[in-house]
Amino acid sequence: MNAPAVIDTAAAAPLTDTRLTVPGMRCAGCIAKIERGLNALEGVFQARVNFSAKRVAVRHGPSLDEDDLVEALRHLGFEAQAVAADPLVRDGKETRALLRALAVAGFGMMNIMLLSVSVWSGAGGVTRELFHWLSAIIALPVVAYAGRPFFASAAMALRYRRTNMDVPISIGVLLATGLSLYETVTGGQHAYFDGAVMLLFFLLAGRALDAAMRGRTRAGIGALLGRMGRSAGVVQPDGSIRRVAADSLEPGMLMLVAAGEALAADGVLEDVAAATIDNAMLTGESLPEQVAVGADIHAGAINLMRPIRVRVTRTGSDTAIAEIARLMDEAGQSRNRYVRIADRASRLYAPAVHALAALAFIGWMIAGAGWHQSLVIAIAVLIITCPCAMGLAVPAAQVVASGALIRQGLLVKDGSALERLAGVDIALFDKTGTLTLGEMRADTGGLSDEQKAAALSLAQASRHPLSIGLAKSLMAEGIVPAAVTDIREMEGVGISGRIGMREIALERPQAGGDGPQVQLRVGEDAALIRFADRLRPDAPAALARLRSLGVGASMVSGDSAAAVARMSEHLGIPGEGEVAPAGKLGALATLKAAGHRLLMVGDGLNDGPALAAAYASIAPGTASDASQQAADAVFIGERLMPVALAVQVARRTMAIVRQNFGFAIGYNILAVPLALAGMVTPLIAAVAMSLSSLVVVGNSLRLARAARDHRA
Amino acid sequence: MSVLIYLIPVALLMGGAGLALFFWAMRDGQFEDLDGSANRILIDDEEGEDA
Repeated sequence: MNAPAVIDTAAAAPLTDTRLTVPGMRCAGCIAKIERGLNALEGVFQARVNFSAKRVAVRHGPSLDEDDLVEALRHLGFEAQAVAADPLVRDGKETRALLRALAVAGFGMMNIMLLSVSVWSGAGGVTRELFHWLSAIIALPVVAYAGRPFFASAAMALRYRRTNMDVPISIGVLLATGLSLYETVTGGQHAYFDGAVMLLFFLLAGRALDAAMRGRTRAGIGALLGRMGRSAGVVQPDGSIRRVAADSLEPGMLMLVAAGEALAADGVLEDVAAATIDNAMLTGESLPEQVAVGADIHAGAINLMRPIRVRVTRTGSDTAIAEIARLMDEAGQSRNRYVRIADRASRLYAPAVHALAALAFIGWMIAGAGWHQSLVIAIAVLIITCPCAMGLAVPAAQVVASGALIRQGLLVKDGSALERLAGVDIALFDKTGTLTLGEMRADTGGLSDEQKAAALSLAQASRHPLSIGLAKSLMAEGIVPAAVTDIREMEGVGISGRIGMREIALERPQAGGDGPQVQLRVGEDAALIRFADRLRPDAPAALARLRSLGVGASMVSGDSAAAVARMSEHLGIPGEGEVAPAGKLGALATLKAAGHRLLMVGDGLNDGPALAAAYASIAPGTASDASQQAADAVFIGERLMPVALAVQVARRTMAIVRQNFGFAIGYNILAVPLALAGMVTPLIAAVAMSLSSLVVVGNSLRLARAARDHRA
Repeated sequence: MSVLIYLIPVALLMGGAGLALFFWAMRDGQFEDLDGSANRILIDDEEGEDA
């Protein structure tokens, strides 16, 4: 480590922090490779990998920017993307606050239990009074601190004249604490501090699990429309170039788009010759597209070759990409109306509990028990019915299930997604990038090691999709690039350079063959490299697994009808080609009208509206940001099986959730009559509460094996 | 029973120390990257890696 030198440069220039998400890291070797590779870069002060979140935090000087770091990671063999830090930090804060409250409640619960056990086992007189006072001293700050999440949520609900699960919890805890304080001051028999604090502990455990699940998967998902160009070089009347932010662009301006730059607005190509663009973000099509002079180019498309001039026609919210975002937004509205099972339960449960406790109080008052005893019984009803097991029933099962799915390469965004995945009965697949890998893979079988090294060094220097695919295939084989000088890229021809005295080139072959191919020339020798977008290796098996679950599959694609027909014959599922985004929504609406609950699996931005509108949706990790944002779950890697597993595990999870609810309700049916009869002492309440929570958690843990058992 | 005068404060102090330790660990980022820590022990030292 050359620490002194680094500190010198650090002192001279301000350092920036950049966070990048790198979904491809899978092992210890990846951590070492990324950290060493980035730390070796000029201008990088420190690079630190967070493996759980699949992110790299880089502290670097002003000589580097986001694009340089993404490029550096691409050379190391990892796809990366810069992420904004803010939303993730806020999520982490919520989880951390809950964990702190949980720790405080746990501390209070253990110490108060210690004191309570001796009171139950017969401590009397001065000792009991002392113990009650000690309990009060511990419980008051603990309740005040650990109860805040519930009090805040209950206060919010009451302000809008609604009720939620937190209202009976807050009333129960506050009443129990208040009454216990009264008992302590007047030297009474029973104090309920233990019950109140234990209640908070178990409920916080459920909340913390729920928050951890949401935080864990959100880490891998980037921001909407992140790939649209943020600014453009605008040609001024005097011929000079000025950078203009995307939202200040106006129709009629002339943009100069550099090679590798994304367009910031829709426009018309105004140039001398045709241009080559990568439109994968909009169409999901992985091959570069030739655009003639005068043709429309959409924002988000990437210019692959020499700089081009584009006359702006539509900007900002008028662009095609923004139109798709708006479609997605509207489509997502219907899904927001879905009510989670826990909320449905609490909507019925909370008023029932309030009514029951109030009835207990009134009933015992009429029976002449006196206000003190009536209040004690009402509190016992509130505490015993307070939904510890209910609060844990759903999150415990969902956290265990999502953990098991993550190990299989599937990130589920939240609990509601898992609930909806369980309900699907028909699946609609996109073709390119979903059933297939979505990138051109090179067949490098016929090449010598020397040819491979030469090909890799050239391929790394180009942004052409075929070059990127070739570089990926070769890097996966562990090839080290040769040292090449004089690299030149010529549009429509290829890329060339020299090793020592020998001329090398990757170029378009003379004779056209079947599918995309490239000719590699090293000196006088030439070799042909073929490319193909391969089907995911386990696609047939995954579709068969879905069929065995009663979920039929079909295919819709924006690709040519012939290609789709070939694929649908191979896989044995019906398919439809040349479908526009609105057409996909139409297909969806037809199925919805027929009473189906649809699972949409797709990757391109053109699938975005369908992903947002479907009952449930899954996108591959290579999908555009917008699609990942719209989907309920994201699967990583080359296997399609996680999609089938997701449905299977989700169904298993809902079965466990139902068992948990059944148990929690059964427990209440036994306990509530006892509480109403005034027979529940604090001891019984505490034991019943812990026992029911433990049973629910134990039952949920069975899910950890669900994904593993069903694997192959 | 007079032994309680020592035992109860001792129990509270030990519990409080555990709580303080947990708070420190959380603020220090000990729980930020659980999977990463498990994997990092497998990384060889600088010289060990072949380039």
